[in-house]
Amino acid sequence: MNAMNTTLRTATISVLVENEAGVLARVIGLFSGRGYNIESLTVAPVDDEGHKSRINIVTSGTEMVIQQIKAQLDRLVPVYRVADLTQIGPHVAAEMALVKVISDNADRRSEALRFAGEYGARTVDATETSFVFEMTGSTEKLDAFLDTMRPLGLAEVSRTGVAAMTRGTTII
Amino acid sequence: MSTIAPAPAASETLTLSGAEVLLRALKDQGVEVIFGYPGGAVLPIYDAIFQQNAIRHILVRHEQAAVHAAEGYARSTGKVGCVLVTSGPGATNAVTGLVDALMDSIPIVCLTGQVPTHLIGNDAFQEADTTGITRPATKHNYLVKRSEDLARVVHEAFYVARSGRPGPVVIDLPKDILINKAPYVAAATAAHRSYRPQTQPDAGQIAKAIALLKSAKRPVIYTGGGVINAGDAASDALRRFARKTGYPVTSTLMGLGAYPANDPLFLGMLGMHGTYEANLVMHGCDVMLNVGARFDDRVTGRLNAFSPGSKKIHIDIDPSSINKNVPVDVPVVADAAAALEALIAAWDADPAQPDRDGLAAWWRQIDTWRGKDSLRFTQTKAKGGVIKPQYAIQRLYEITREMDREVYITTEVGQHQMWAAQFFRFDRPNRWMTSGGLGTMGYGLPAAMGVQIAHPDALVIDIAGEASILMNIQEMSTIAQYRLPVKVFILNNQYMGMVRQWQELLHGGRYSESYSEALPDFVKLADAFQGVGMRAQSVDELDDVIRAMIASPTAVIADIAVDQKENCFPMIPSGAAHNDMILGPEHESRARGISDEGLVLV
Ligand SMILES: Cc1ncc(C[n+]2csc(CCOP(=O)(O)OP(=O)(O)O)c2C)c(N)n1
Ligand SMILES: [Mg+2]
Repeated sequence: MNAMNTTLRTATISVLVENEAGVLARVIGLFSGRGYNIESLTVAPVDDEGHKSRINIVTSGTEMVIQQIKAQLDRLVPVYRVADLTQIGPHVAAEMALVKVISDNADRRSEALRFAGEYGARTVDATETSFVFEMTGSTEKLDAFLDTMRPLGLAEVSRTGVAAMTRGTTII
Repeated sequence: MSTIAPAPAASETLTLSGAEVLLRALKDQGVEVIFGYPGGAVLPIYDAIFQQNAIRHILVRHEQAAVHAAEGYARSTGKVGCVLVTSGPGATNAVTGLVDALMDSIPIVCLTGQVPTHLIGNDAFQEADTTGITRPATKHNYLVKRSEDLARVVHEAFYVARSGRPGPVVIDLPKDILINKAPYVAAATAAHRSYRPQTQPDAGQIAKAIALLKSAKRPVIYTGGGVINAGDAASDALRRFARKTGYPVTSTLMGLGAYPANDPLFLGMLGMHGTYEANLVMHGCDVMLNVGARFDDRVTGRLNAFSPGSKKIHIDIDPSSINKNVPVDVPVVADAAAALEALIAAWDADPAQPDRDGLAAWWRQIDTWRGKDSLRFTQTKAKGGVIKPQYAIQRLYEITREMDREVYITTEVGQHQMWAAQFFRFDRPNRWMTSGGLGTMGYGLPAAMGVQIAHPDALVIDIAGEASILMNIQEMSTIAQYRLPVKVFILNNQYMGMVRQWQELLHGGRYSESYSEALPDFVKLADAFQGVGMRAQSVDELDDVIRAMIASPTAVIADIAVDQKENCFPMIPSGAAHNDMILGPEHESRARGISDEGLVLV
């Protein structure tokens, strides 16, 4: 391994954990205690009985740091598996955002509605002066959508963070 | 309970209270001794303890000491140490001990009392968020919220504490769980759901390691606490592997005793206060075999100058220890004993011959470094002469060698600890108990207590500093209660010597707050705690005091007045490279300028 490699990379890591009290605190405490970045983090139960949860973490660091993050996660007692989707191969990653746009200006409102249509966002709420759009897609696509909405009266954003999965038949 | 849940196997099982179930599980886990301190939240456990004889309770005088005692017990026996403390302040007092055990990979199960489940979160009397506080202080922790989980959690806690890289585990026990009836279940025979550490090495990695080791011209075996944790089998395999290869061996502070210190292949301890030869061998080697050590900053010095020309093999049971500080060429995730056995088998099976000429030249080089005798000191033997601290340890070692008793050494933290590591020569594992990773002053006395409980007939000595010993001095009372013949050997330099040394070398000799003012009279102190106090003021008194201390059937505090100005050498200042070592006044000492970068390091 090359220690001199200081290039930062982003990693999307999925962690399968026992769904027990404190497990999320363990994961978050690990990141804050050791000074790792969290760019996004999602967690929800993923099996029928609700015994297992999947945590998806988007983080960044040098190759050595990312390997270290994975090893640190893997040694937590309630962790079943740690998968670096960025390394396993092609994967899909998506998040959802609710985006509120408020404007008194009718032109801006119609512009907002038009862009929402082009980005494939759904309008889930509308009043005379506002919209709430629901938009699903890659982080980059969501970012671009928000940039577009900003001059049109972007007022509030709620994002879920990234859910991710490998393509094809590979499972973690 | 829902209708689909299986009925309890025997109706008998539901006649036990949670506290009784707990004790039964502890007994089934082989617990013989608990170090603890009572309080409201754990009274049901104390009541259950009162009504049985299988498990002995040792009443400490501070919860921190309970954990250190359990560490001493664990490290000297290879078993899991067990601690019992009450909620709130009992638990918070235990935290230092838990972190100490975490840093040094000592298997501990610590039972903490908790307010009843319905009060949790209400800021009840003596409530603390114990699982929250101890999450980063433990390998794992549990809060038992349902009686039916109790027995399983206790069994699991012992499995987690001793498996893989060992460590402390907390079980937080609400008072209602202890009082209510609970079902007993035996330990599961199935593998743990999620925690399954790898213990067997990968054959391909072993083959790569052997190829490197056979081609080495300047090899070194660098061993750590992992070899001790892997048990006698690992120390034994290490000895066979080293003798088979003829490769030099060095050890971290935590690994001392895994390889016999008097063996010609042994270079002494490495690192900040390691020997000249050990550090230069690490710097100049071409193949390094790290077994169960973790490239700690006390060992590596400046990272980008650490052993620059070597290929590195790293055996560790914890994958997160590999490639953490130092990138390695051949990682081997395994138990140290299993990996060393695999190395021995693969070495024998491989037809390639090691480079005997290269190795001979390497040993000639090592011998010239050894010739420097970097631990040398001069002790005047004149009557009334000031005792050098190194000499005090050396004599302690030599005199204990004259008897055929098992000797266990614990230490506090400071210069005396480093001199003990340098001058007390261990030839067996589990005889040396010291706070390495956390460097906890106050560790040694309670740890010695735990060792003495485990080995009642052994000679157990806490090599102490006059400052450190005061941090858990209350344990003299525990020692008196159980009539433990623990010996406290204080190297009294009237300074926080290690602090004073750094101030001398790095802060212009401004000795800010490092003088040990208003010390107690340690002889009277021993007396007050029903022990025997002794004092050596000058070199002519030293041997007699050591002999009297060892001969005494009771606890002893031996107050040894030593040279106040003595510094611990060699020293690699923080942020310096291994070949940038400061040697003592006996040598052409060479203190290269310490960088600002070095000054910020601890
Ligand atoms: C609990 C704790 N507080 C502070 C320190 C920092 N520290 C390290 S060594 C030392 C001085 C120890 O003095 P003494 O016990 O007399 O040992 P000496 O160095 O003189 O041998 C101090 C304060 C520590 N290691 N642990
Ligand atoms: Mg001192």
